[in-house]
Amino acid sequence: MEKSINLTLKVWRQASPTAKGKFETYSLKNISTDASFLEMMDILNEQLVKEHKEPVAFDHDCREGICGMCSLYINGHPHGPDGEITTCQLHMRNFHDGQTITIEPWRSAAFPVIKDLVVDRGAFDKIIQAGGFVSVNTGGVPDGNAIPIPKDKADEAMDAASCIGCGACVAACKNGSAMLFLSAKVSQLALLPQGKVEAARRAKAMVAKMDELGFGNCTNTGACEAECPKNVSLSNIARLNREFLKAKFKD
Amino acid sequence: MAKIEESATTEQVTTEQRIITVQDAKIPEGPLAEKWTRYKSSQKLVNPANKRRLDVIVVGTGLAGASAAASLAEMGFNVLNFCIQDSPRRAHSIAAQGGINAAKNYQNDGDSIYRLFYDTIKGGDYRAREANVYRLAEVSNDIIDQCVAQGVPFAREYGGLLDNRSFGGAQVSRTFYAKGQTGQQLLLGAYSALSRQIGKGSVKLFPRYEMMDVVIVDGRARGIIARNLVTGKLERFSAHAVVVGTGGYGNAFFLSTNAMASNGSAAIQMYKKGAYFANPAYAQIHPTCIPVHGDYQSKLTLMSESLRNDGRIWVPKKKEDAEAIRAGKLKPTEIKEEDRDYYLERRYPAFGNLVPRDVASRAAKERCDAGYGVGNTGLAVYLDFSDAIKRLGEDVVRARYGNLFQMYEKIVDDNPYKTPMMIYPAIHYTMGGIWVDYELQTSVKGLFCIGEANFSDHGANRLGASALMQGLADGYFILPYTIQNYLADQIQVPRLSTDAPEFLEALKAVDEKINKLMKIQGERSVDSIHRELGLVMWDFVGMGRTKEGLETALERIKEIRNEFWNKVYIPGKSQDFNVELEKAIRLADFIEIGELMARDALMREESCGGHFREEYQTPDGEALRNDEDFSFASCWKYTGEGKEPELWKEPLEYEFVKRQQRNYKA
Repeated sequence: MEKSINLTLKVWRQASPTAKGKFETYSLKNISTDASFLEMMDILNEQLVKEHKEPVAFDHDCREGICGMCSLYINGHPHGPDGEITTCQLHMRNFHDGQTITIEPWRSAAFPVIKDLVVDRGAFDKIIQAGGFVSVNTGGVPDGNAIPIPKDKADEAMDAASCIGCGACVAACKNGSAMLFLSAKVSQLALLPQGKVEAARRAKAMVAKMDELGFGNCTNTGACEAECPKNVSLSNIARLNREFLKAKFKD
Repeated sequence: MAKIEESATTEQVTTEQRIITVQDAKIPEGPLAEKWTRYKSSQKLVNPANKRRLDVIVVGTGLAGASAAASLAEMGFNVLNFCIQDSPRRAHSIAAQGGINAAKNYQNDGDSIYRLFYDTIKGGDYRAREANVYRLAEVSNDIIDQCVAQGVPFAREYGGLLDNRSFGGAQVSRTFYAKGQTGQQLLLGAYSALSRQIGKGSVKLFPRYEMMDVVIVDGRARGIIARNLVTGKLERFSAHAVVVGTGGYGNAFFLSTNAMASNGSAAIQMYKKGAYFANPAYAQIHPTCIPVHGDYQSKLTLMSESLRNDGRIWVPKKKEDAEAIRAGKLKPTEIKEEDRDYYLERRYPAFGNLVPRDVASRAAKERCDAGYGVGNTGLAVYLDFSDAIKRLGEDVVRARYGNLFQMYEKIVDDNPYKTPMMIYPAIHYTMGGIWVDYELQTSVKGLFCIGEANFSDHGANRLGASALMQGLADGYFILPYTIQNYLADQIQVPRLSTDAPEFLEALKAVDEKINKLMKIQGERSVDSIHRELGLVMWDFVGMGRTKEGLETALERIKEIRNEFWNKVYIPGKSQDFNVELEKAIRLADFIEIGELMARDALMREESCGGHFREEYQTPDGEALRNDEDFSFASCWKYTGEGKEPELWKEPLEYEFVKRQQRNYKA
């Protein structure tokens, strides 16, 4: 049932990439528990604008958990305390009256802060650009049903492909590793006959790019899987390692 | 278009003479099924060596923008690609859930290119161009093949072949899907093709950049002014052609299923530079969205149309039951089967719960207005899965719709496996947009418009699973051909300097507009004014429109414009990461769009598709078209600040299909 709660927010404010950041404290009254977390942030910003102060910058767009734009490290968890969802789908019924909520940006060497809670995740795009595709041009491809794909393989590929590229896995990892993100793409394409052809080349190119961009190594703590809003499985990392080793043996 | 431009400059042109002809629209001659083939075999092409010397700007990285940018770069053009998000993968196409149509006839249920064409024309209530729609149906099959080749993990049968589901407005199963995340998977496919080209250096990507204006040199689009959203600085970019794929303008309503940053500003910029804005009134209200619940609400969430495959829509038969439910004294599960009104099955036995969106939305409004609505506001109907769960088991329902059910539960805090979902219509998609000819070129030379941003294929109502089809058709298979017919004449044109006076002037104009906004320093937040606009739009330019209501809307929008330009408050600096300024720039354009929508709806004295004028309906409440007087696309031409736009008409000739009153009853 809907009710209202009062909150204290400790929000990371940082004017620019090079500026020194710090926490600011704000108090919010009468927040409906049916509001989403980002609607709560909207209310905070409305309040700040009314006081002629600069609102808190944070990334968000679709607000239905699929674009991967929203981030936020909430009380020590990427995307907050509720499981299997992004920040935009987190609702205030997960918090209690009088609670203090600490809100930080993703913290990772590979994701520098742009402003306040906004970070630059361009490194993820660069990993995909290094090999996260099937090398086909538009046109001249065979009929969609020309190559049958076993349903379980297609389903498994779909599960890996459900990654939204939000970066929670990197934010959750003490090493700042992008292995879950990278392995999800490598797995999706390696599982399908269309992507199998260049699987080895893909794995090597993407791993090399990841290392170059300053992401850390994977030490199998599993924090990425636990915090992933889309339940992308750790088994993808095992598959990536297999593909990577196969590629290395071939060299 | 030369003829139009000449005649437009003479003051004495009357409405009757403001006609866009078949020749202006460049529709090829010949039988319907041969037009596209004929076009392709006679169009001009650009040879590989010359492609390298030609630059194309593509604004937007959704299905249309990303697929166009990737395909053009694969062909050898230099592409500059812009998006407002931090990554091209985040464009709002990503949120499309249900699926994509194609005329493969894999299910052997009688589908064909002609049938997909016919369903789309009929679904659009006979307000789209036959030639364009036929071409769309024709290339639909190539899209599926292309996506499969990219590694898009479509749903498959146990035999390994592609699976299909049904969607509204069709009696065949032609919708391909990837769980409830089809848009995501198709966009990631286009994004991967785009990424491959970025990696090769053939596309230069500008993320967190927003188009601020199109630059016209000697009557041709030659570049854009864009704002770097991180630094706030304005930058100039030149090219031989400009392609805009920036999506729809549904956020004029503030609350919609669009993403927060989705906007109509690029459309307004093109309109103000001479491109016609066509059919602005055609907006789609989607029947299955989670109902509005609080005044702090920032957006409305769609529940995929695919749910209507297995869900049954109903309200209580008795008013007292509806009242008891609204008061929280009765639960939907306590209403007996015989006391439920499955009103879509009752009114439309042939299509049942799978009638097109406009029909389903209006039927929900009709029941709620009559006092049978549920939820605490009375503005909701039930979408019930209990029969499907009985028939198929919970596991099958979970496999089909699990992610949607989870999303519903997280938002509403109610378990849809146990108790029916509550849904209500919400603004979702805009069929109207920038007018384009058969080549997807606007009335400005060298300026192209693709995807939802253009007006072309859906008429007055879009069928489910057709937006993804159109976006990818435009981007992969149509624009990369048709743009060459234009670029073939541009090979001698050297790269233009962005120091040309036209670029400096355009930049100065944008800069002045931003300074004007920053200087207002009033007391109202951007969102508070946007919400006000949204309410006016929903109340008067929404599902049921009247002459009186639309006139009120035009008055109210004038007041809102005044309020905005005198009282908005934007904090911070313009040359900085400034979200409030971004929103203000977009709202200024939404106000213009809102006015155009109301003006167009007032002009169109008929009901068709998503445009429902209450004065024009059949005795049983269906949309009543007037083909005699309104069989045209309304194309609005900008005539200057504060002046009324001119109405130009593109008559819609139906050469191959016989127009009928749309019937989903039998």
